[in-house]
Amino acid sequence: MPVQYYIFLSIALFCIGIMGVLMRRNAIIIFMCIELLLNAVNLLLVAFSKMWADAGRIDAAAAQIFVFFIMVVAAAEVAVGLAIIVMVYRNTHSVDINILNRLKN
Amino acid sequence: MINLVWLVPVLPLLGFLINGLGRRYLSKSQVGVVGSGVILAAFVISVMIFLEVRQPGFSGQVVTLFDFINVGRLQIPFAFQVDQLSALFLLIITGVGSLIHIYSTSYMHDESNEGFARYFAYLNLFVFSMLLLVLGANYVLMFIGWEGVGLCSYLLIGFWFKNASYNKAAKKAFVMNRIGDLGFLLGIFGMIAMFSSVTFSEVFSKTAALGAHSNYSSQIAIIAMLLFIGAMGKSAQIPLYTWLPDAMAGPTPVSALIHAATMVTAGIYMVARSNVLYTLAPQIQTVVAVIGLATALLAASIALVQNDIKKVLAYSTVSQLGYMFLALGVGAYTAAVFHVMTHAFFKALLFLGSGSVIHAMGGEQDIRKMGGLKKFMPTTNWTFLVGCLAIAGIPGLSGFFSKDEILAHTFEHNKIMYVLALAGALMTAFYMFRLYYITFTGSFRGTHEQEHHLHESPVAITLPLVILAILSIVGGYIGLPEVFGVKHWLAEYLSPIFAPSAPFIEAHHLEHSMEWLLMGLSSVLVIIFIFIARSKYVKYADTGRENTGLAKVLENKWYVDELYDAVIVKPLGMLSRFFQDALEKAGIDRLVNGVGRSITWGSQQARRLQNGQVGFYVFAMVIGIIVLFVIGLLL
Repeated sequence: MPVQYYIFLSIALFCIGIMGVLMRRNAIIIFMCIELLLNAVNLLLVAFSKMWADAGRIDAAAAQIFVFFIMVVAAAEVAVGLAIIVMVYRNTHSVDINILNRLKN
Repeated sequence: MINLVWLVPVLPLLGFLINGLGRRYLSKSQVGVVGSGVILAAFVISVMIFLEVRQPGFSGQVVTLFDFINVGRLQIPFAFQVDQLSALFLLIITGVGSLIHIYSTSYMHDESNEGFARYFAYLNLFVFSMLLLVLGANYVLMFIGWEGVGLCSYLLIGFWFKNASYNKAAKKAFVMNRIGDLGFLLGIFGMIAMFSSVTFSEVFSKTAALGAHSNYSSQIAIIAMLLFIGAMGKSAQIPLYTWLPDAMAGPTPVSALIHAATMVTAGIYMVARSNVLYTLAPQIQTVVAVIGLATALLAASIALVQNDIKKVLAYSTVSQLGYMFLALGVGAYTAAVFHVMTHAFFKALLFLGSGSVIHAMGGEQDIRKMGGLKKFMPTTNWTFLVGCLAIAGIPGLSGFFSKDEILAHTFEHNKIMYVLALAGALMTAFYMFRLYYITFTGSFRGTHEQEHHLHESPVAITLPLVILAILSIVGGYIGLPEVFGVKHWLAEYLSPIFAPSAPFIEAHHLEHSMEWLLMGLSSVLVIIFIFIARSKYVKYADTGRENTGLAKVLENKWYVDELYDAVIVKPLGMLSRFFQDALEKAGIDRLVNGVGRSITWGSQQARRLQNGQVGFYVFAMVIGIIVLFVIGLLL
């Protein structure tokens, strides 16, 4: 398959993620959208890696190592982020991020 | 002994430090002993220095203490000049100074402990500055002393600083002096530019080497004129004389020491010291003589009708200083220094006598409310009378010899000036005896309570009076004129100082018969004027009548203060108000406040960006990324 398909899919996933982060108020959904953003980038990295490997570049696999890094960091982030959301829910009985505005003042 | 000269100014400085720092802890007697003791010790050293200096053949010595300013080719060491002129001034300053310190211990006894110590600290600081002024071996050191005495004069005029009008008088003295000081400072700069030196010996030898009609005569004239402007301020000459009568706000011993005997003669000292510069600038010498004569006449005319005992003496001081400048202007440098010395004796005596009177009268200074003090205060009476006789120029007393020398030299120089100077001398005789008769003879015109309180002053006050009276009588015999068949001792003593300018002065001597005639004429006229004053004021009764015509103008001091107020003070005030309202408030303030206000406004706008909504931040971030992306694509 040509690489353009992967690029368009990746852009679509990224835009969905951005819109989700900007529009939604539910913390869990925002969280999922952030995962979506990360995975869009992962997809892009893997696609380009394959493309360059087909073209005969021997160092193309480096991109896939990046993907593993992002996955590890995302897993760590999920652990912390979910813990925060659980604590927010315990305190406010809600996961609406607009309620957290009260930190402002 | 000469090498110990540094002790002379250091002792009063020490006294100043002890009294100034310990003013809370020292008792009055301790302060008095320290304050007077250091001056007395300085006097003893001065006498020893004088004895060494007066040996024939002594030439001036410079005692260098340390390097002071070294910039490029200009070198100004911290050095003291010990020669005939400075030794004589040392004697006057420390001698009269110690008498006045002793007098002050009694006069100022009513002050609080702290005020008493503050007074003595200032007085010691003054003596230190004055000694620095006369001892400095270059103009910069002289200027340091010059400023120091100005400061002390300010501090002591405003000694009773709770009185607003005294403070104003102090400020007036300070500002007037500053105007003169600016001239002095510019003169020093001119000297540095022209000679690249400010040391006396170098400046004078370089000037004398240039000679009378060099290409540089206009520069010399400018420097001489600028220095004379400094002298005008310090020695209270027209147009800067108005501060001195107001300076009488200070305690009376201060008036005696600073505003009669020593500080105001600093200008005379400076001109006499720089005699070469003036001799080589004859046009400036004429200016000096004319201003001196005009001041002498103006101040004497004002003194004719004043009713404040200290004001009369103040104007008399201004007038006598005018005589000294007249002498300097006609090239009679010795006569000027001679008159400085005799004047220091009899004017200090008169001021201290007036202080004794004021003390006895409980602070009253208006002579119309005195009268008949003769029988209450015998010592003050006879010493005051001696002072009056001396200043009037009765033959045999010190004032006669010095004043007659000035008059004789003026006669040689210019006959019209002589007539005017003689008229001034007659006015002096008249107003001094008017003062004497109104104060000491007739009947007492004060309140009953004051009369009950009248008493002779204690010995600490009368002793200096008696010593000064004796000096006023005998002080003139060091300068007997040559017509008496003796050598003029003072002229001979001072001749090394004035030697550099001697080649440029045309020597013309009066015939002895002429000199006798002038002497006789002035003596007879003075005695006649004293008798006129006697007939008019010996049985003075205060009628309370207002003065009219000329007398009123004189009483208001020729309206000079009002003139200065209208011509200088008011326009200056208007200018300041203009700058305050138009420039400061409308211009600078608005600009500064505008900058502040616009920054506040701008920050308030920018603050809205930080609204705490995470969504907004992310949105802004995305917008930013897109904008960067678009820019990247376009470029």
